[in-house]
Amino acid sequence: MDATRVSYTLESSLASVNKAEQTAAELAAKSGFDDDECGRISMAVREATVNAVLHGNHYEPGKRVTIFFESTPQALTIAVRDEGPGVDPKAVPDPLAPENLLKQSGRGIFLIRAFMDEVRFRTMDPGTELTMIKFVRGPNSGSGKEAHQ
Amino acid sequence: MTMKASSRKVDGVVIVDLSGRITLGEGAVVLRDTVKEISGRGEKKILLNLGDVTYIDSSGIGELVSAFTSVRNAGGDLKLLNLTKKVHDLLQITKLYTVFDVQDSEASAIAAFSR
Repeated sequence: MDATRVSYTLESSLASVNKAEQTAAELAAKSGFDDDECGRISMAVREATVNAVLHGNHYEPGKRVTIFFESTPQALTIAVRDEGPGVDPKAVPDPLAPENLLKQSGRGIFLIRAFMDEVRFRTMDPGTELTMIKFVRGPNSGSGKEAHQ
Repeated sequence: MTMKASSRKVDGVVIVDLSGRITLGEGAVVLRDTVKEISGRGEKKILLNLGDVTYIDSSGIGELVSAFTSVRNAGGDLKLLNLTKKVHDLLQITKLYTVFDVQDSEASAIAAFSR
C-alpha cells in the first residue's frame, strides 16, 4: 500500500499554526481532494494546532507541538499532539446552543468535527493527541464521528 | 497573509473595507482595534465589507461576534456586506448567519441602517 508519512515537531507559536495549515493544504491537494475539501481539511488542522499551541501549551517556549501526516489512497490522517494539561472534549460547551451563540470562542473543535470524517482524542502523558481522518471516498462524508480514548 | 482595513463614511454609515485573512493573531487584532476606534468616536452605524476577506478561522469568527455585540451594547448596529462563499458557509455552519444582518450590496446595506 502506498503511504506518505511526514511529521513535524514545532514551537508553540503562531508561525507553527500557519505551517501546519499550509502543509495540510498541500498534502490534501496531493491526496486528490478538491479545493473546497482542501480548505476544510486545512482549516481543521489550523484549528487543532491553535488549540494545541494556545490552549494546550499556552505558548510556552519549552513545549512543542508534534504533527503527523499520513496520506494513503484511502484517506488523509493528521494527528496533532501537544504537551499541555489535557482536554476533555465533552466538557467543551456546544457553540450552537442559544446561550453560547454569541460567545467569542469555543468553535474550534466544532469546526474540526464538522469538516473531518473521523475525530479522536487521546490523552497522553503529558498532553492530548487529536487525530483527524478524511477519507478520499468517505463513507461518512458530512457526518463527523468521534471517539475519546 | 496580513489583514488590511480602511474606512469611509457614506450617508452616516462607516463602511470598513477589509481584505486578507481574519485569523488568530494580527488579523483578528486589526479587526478588533478598527471597530473599537470607530465605535470610540461615537459612530453607531458600522458596515463591515468582507468582499476581499479570503479566509476566516474560528478566532476571526469570534472577533466578528465580539465586534457585533460590543457595537450593539453601545447602542449601535453592525452589519456585514459581500460575504464570500467560504465565509457564508462558515456563518451558516456556526448558526451565525441569522444573527448577523448580511447584505449583498452597499446601497441596500446603507438603506437597511435607516429601517
